[in-house]
Amino acid sequence: MKLSNGKRLERLHDRYQNGDLSRRTFLTLTAAAAAAVGLDMPWMRQALAAVEEVRFDGWGGTVQDAIDKYAFKPYTAKTKIKVVQGTFGDEDEIITKIKTAKPGDYQVIHSSGVNYYIKYVNGGLTSEINEANIPNMANVLQPMIDPFRKLTPKLSAVPYDYGTTGIAYNTKVISPEEAKEKGAALLLDKKYAGKVGGYSDMTTRVWYAALATGQDPNNLKDMDAIWAKVRETRDLAKKFWSSGAELMDLLSKGEIVVTDAWSGRVAALQDQGHPIGYLDPAGSYAWMEDMLILKGSPMAECEELINFMLDPATAIAVAEGQSYPPSLDPTKVKLTEKIEKLPAFDKTGTMKSLTFADPVYWATNEDAWTKQWNRISKGA
Amino acid sequence: MKRRWTLYDPRLAWLLVAPVLLLLIFFLVLPIAVMAAYTFFTFVTAGVETSALTTANWHEFLTDSYYAGFLLKTLRVGAITALLCGVLGYFPAYFIWATTFKHKWLLLLLLIVPFWISFTIRTFSWINILGEQGVINVALLKLGIISEPLPMLYNEGAVILGMLHFLLPYMILNVYVSLEGIDRTLISAARSMGCTSAQAFREVTLPLSLPGLAAGLLLCFVLAAGSYVTPQLLGSGRDALFGNLIYDTIMSELNWPMGATLSIVLFLVLGFFAAIYTRFMGMSQIVKGLGG
Repeated sequence: MKLSNGKRLERLHDRYQNGDLSRRTFLTLTAAAAAAVGLDMPWMRQALAAVEEVRFDGWGGTVQDAIDKYAFKPYTAKTKIKVVQGTFGDEDEIITKIKTAKPGDYQVIHSSGVNYYIKYVNGGLTSEINEANIPNMANVLQPMIDPFRKLTPKLSAVPYDYGTTGIAYNTKVISPEEAKEKGAALLLDKKYAGKVGGYSDMTTRVWYAALATGQDPNNLKDMDAIWAKVRETRDLAKKFWSSGAELMDLLSKGEIVVTDAWSGRVAALQDQGHPIGYLDPAGSYAWMEDMLILKGSPMAECEELINFMLDPATAIAVAEGQSYPPSLDPTKVKLTEKIEKLPAFDKTGTMKSLTFADPVYWATNEDAWTKQWNRISKGA
Repeated sequence: MKRRWTLYDPRLAWLLVAPVLLLLIFFLVLPIAVMAAYTFFTFVTAGVETSALTTANWHEFLTDSYYAGFLLKTLRVGAITALLCGVLGYFPAYFIWATTFKHKWLLLLLLIVPFWISFTIRTFSWINILGEQGVINVALLKLGIISEPLPMLYNEGAVILGMLHFLLPYMILNVYVSLEGIDRTLISAARSMGCTSAQAFREVTLPLSLPGLAAGLLLCFVLAAGSYVTPQLLGSGRDALFGNLIYDTIMSELNWPMGATLSIVLFLVLGFFAAIYTRFMGMSQIVKGLGG
């Protein structure tokens, strides 16, 4: 079948949207074709126009403040490309928005690691990064990249930071000794009924129920026992929080005295002088976050932005600001003392001290478990 | 011969109504139709669905008692909120109507002042009032009246309170408008025929203001039953309403076909109550007659 010039250009455009072509190659080919045949496709003027801004969506709060201050502002000063920012409290929320938007409306997402990466892949929302455009990826921890590459050999995301969801407690009510002794069981301690909190998220709830029942979170055998424990925590809980801001509000106002919590947000509260302790019990839920480039984004600019963010000076400043260790390999890049003291920091660079969720195992059960958790959270 | 336009020309009427009609079609009828179509789509996995038609979503809704229980709970909370709005809202409306205060507009202005502040912020403000570190608990603790903070937040009571705060102005305005439409000479006539003030209120004012009260009840009920933000912020998971269930199905489970099914169910149920109201408005004439 003979292709028309218009069709060829449309295909070229699709390849560019998918990230198969760099922006430069795409523009060169488009301009050459247009000059040769006098074509003018509806999207050409937009594509040929210089990219003046990149859209970023993240978790807001102290985390995004740090990224904005130490990465985006210097990036804009250097390149004149503005980073337009949005926030979300729950990543499913932004996936819904992306689904209803046209490709390119949302571009870079501060995503929650491989568990969510699968959702973007399944939804056909991912791009293909040209890793040659991100030379700073050479410093990124290989154990953090591997799980992504297992899912898509051509990456759409670059790991950026990691942390744990451990136990945060009010030191005025619970002593560090008691917290250390009871660990994850604190969430099920009837003594604190009505003062317990937790993240309103299936993975976190099931993970901590697995620890409470002595099961391997990446190979659960008795789901009835898991749901029974989830219900037990629910009945003791005052509120399941749904954003970092809400977590910090509940803890700082004393509404709850113990909860599972994101290590960085707790570190931020501690910096503000709140009497909050934090511990990672054995098998604590470790997670990583990545910078995900969505299909339809201006790839070259997004890659340049991510490369800038991964520059050791930038990544270290962001990590100190957001209180989460960076994805930089500590055996390759000299990190600061402050970062080395952050919860969850792995000085070996192997990540073996942390327990991450097996993305394939969890993705297989995600739909059914999320549905069940949503029901239990509402009293079922 | 070309027909000329007249003042009451049906073509002119259609022309005038056309913009609103188009808006309704594109922004109400069409989205609802798309949602209705989505209820028959097949859910594959989180965020992925196909257009292969199925009745599985409706089957799940109709056979799973979890949804029916949630719907009944939502209707119960909506009804309680609407009734409380009716009881609490009638008296301020009556007062504003009956007062001889020459700056009555100031009282009406007070009613709409809350609308100048974001609904979410107004709802959040209750956390600082009802919370363990909130104004009430701190004051009671400092006065030595209580030794432990009262659990006033993250329960159904807090949700209903938040919705009352949000919905009361709608009720008061509805009743007030209805009262304003009453011919005051009817009350004077009732008094001159020997009615006491209370009798005049019971026999004349109340029956004539019932359409406004009913409109307020319907509005408060529909808005409360369709509420999402208030239960999310002031309630615990157990206090979630049908709107929260829809939100979770769409935003957390990324199951759009089931979320669309639940949305259409809520739309139909609340539409049913609106239809009942239409019937009630007709009956209000009978009530008026009996009152006379």
